[in-house]
Amino acid sequence: MRRMRQWGPGLLLLSPSLILLAVFVYGLIAWTAKVSLSDEHNARGSKGFVGLQNYVDLFTKDINDRFLHSLKNLLIFTVVFLVGTMLLGLLWAFLLERGVKGEGFFRTVYLFPMAVSFVASGVVWRWLMNPADGGLNAVFDGFGLGFLQNTWWTNPDWGMAAMALPAVWQLSGYVMALFLAGFRGIPQELREAAAMDGASTYRLYRNVIFPQLTPVALSALIIVGHMSMKMFDLIMSVSGAQWLTEVPAVYVWQALLTSDYSKAAAISIILLLLVAVVIVPYLIYTNRAEKNR
Amino acid sequence: MTTVASAPPTGLEKRSTPPPSKRRGIVGPIIKYALAIFFLIVVLMPAYVLVVTSFKAGNEIGVTGQWNLPSQWTVSSWGKAWDALQPAFLRTFQLAIPVALISSLVGAANGFVLSRWRFPGADVVFTLILFGMFIPYQAVMIPLREIVTSINIQPGIPTLILVHCIYGIPICTLIFRNYYATTVPEDLIEASRMDGAGLLRTFGWIILPISIPGFVVTIIWQFTSAWNDYLFAIFLSNTRNGPITIALNALAGAQSPDYAASMAGALITSLPTLVVYILLGRWFIGGLMAGSVKS
Repeated sequence: MRRMRQWGPGLLLLSPSLILLAVFVYGLIAWTAKVSLSDEHNARGSKGFVGLQNYVDLFTKDINDRFLHSLKNLLIFTVVFLVGTMLLGLLWAFLLERGVKGEGFFRTVYLFPMAVSFVASGVVWRWLMNPADGGLNAVFDGFGLGFLQNTWWTNPDWGMAAMALPAVWQLSGYVMALFLAGFRGIPQELREAAAMDGASTYRLYRNVIFPQLTPVALSALIIVGHMSMKMFDLIMSVSGAQWLTEVPAVYVWQALLTSDYSKAAAISIILLLLVAVVIVPYLIYTNRAEKNR
Repeated sequence: MTTVASAPPTGLEKRSTPPPSKRRGIVGPIIKYALAIFFLIVVLMPAYVLVVTSFKAGNEIGVTGQWNLPSQWTVSSWGKAWDALQPAFLRTFQLAIPVALISSLVGAANGFVLSRWRFPGADVVFTLILFGMFIPYQAVMIPLREIVTSINIQPGIPTLILVHCIYGIPICTLIFRNYYATTVPEDLIEASRMDGAGLLRTFGWIILPISIPGFVVTIIWQFTSAWNDYLFAIFLSNTRNGPITIALNALAGAQSPDYAASMAGALITSLPTLVVYILLGRWFIGGLMAGSVKS
């Protein structure tokens, strides 16, 4: 009873949010899962439960292997996106860590794309990645780098690698911020101890500093990786919804336009599972790490 | 700076001078600055294109001289873009401001309770809350569309306010929980309790007044997310009642887009969030860092 009086008000403050999230996150996910197990393939509604049929169909009976194609696109996009942001983010953070005059200015510029929406930056990237003579192709030509000219995202095999470039541009600054915070979180004593031992700058970074950044690198990989799986705005803005650049998140939208609710739901659930596989262990891990501090 | 409160540390502050390299060479610094400036140019290049193209007249957009400054500076493309975007621009303020305020207040209440109240299973509940900010929203969109049509809420901005407030709960709760856990001393709460104040009164009279830095972070974060959102907007609104991202996509996504007007439109769309970022960058980064869960 005493506990009740002590914590009742806390529960009062918290419960509306808990109820809303229970309904709008978990309830609606369950609802989507239920739709994905039914045969609601048009606006006339569902005739009933079909088990995992929609999932099996996506992998085996989709016309032109459309779903597998969207997964392949997503894979290429994700690899380029991850490698690009991690390398640039680490390099920029390293440059600032080594001490650059006007660091605040560099940091502000590197991070500014984060304040812009993919829809807005997509406008300029569509222009830059003009498959004909304009945009970046014109720059390459001007600098005698004509061999770099290419058809960008319209390339049927590797177009998705080009599509990842705007995403790299947009999020490298974020990864830089994570790494920079990592560098700055390393205790000064550790650096001093290494210096006392006569470690060279190279060895200091190789053996002392970079190993300390592993948790930061893991966070960055997971945050950027899960963003990649959800990528929607950028692709809609640069190419629009079309076969060449379709990823699962866009496919859901396309399936809904044709009122194929069950298919859209099945793709959504697969997407959710993909994200959950990386996010859930991460949440549990950070939770533990926090408790052990 | 004459701001109402000092920004919470973002973790990016310089704490130590890097170890001086043994060889005080000239080559190292040259490479360092060359790289830093090269990437500065790369990052700013799209911004250059946006600005330059937006001041060209529609007929100056050809293949040759694309990268040049306008031969004749004109704001006609800005006028055209503004005419197309103006209603949605104002609607987006009606969306983003309430979302920022409501989400922040809810987040403050939740964060306060979760930072002080170690009830059994608190970690599991917190993890379940956090998971909500990582889900691909497609996984809730199909039933969400049915719900908002069935509860008779006005389509467009009112619907989007509701949705952004709900799905903004996790991130705002996280930011405030970390804020309270690290900046509000336990003694303060204990003293308030000694004076006989209950949890609600402690929250309202003691905690809220010292929460301004947390509020600035969540308000900026939610304002930016609502302003830049396209996913909820495309599923739950249209060009007549939706926010600016929808309007911009309609302007720029046409079959043969007017690039000058599109780019002026992209700049108009980005202006509010860019102004916030430039003026209140430290708080913006605070929200950004909180998004990676760790406090």
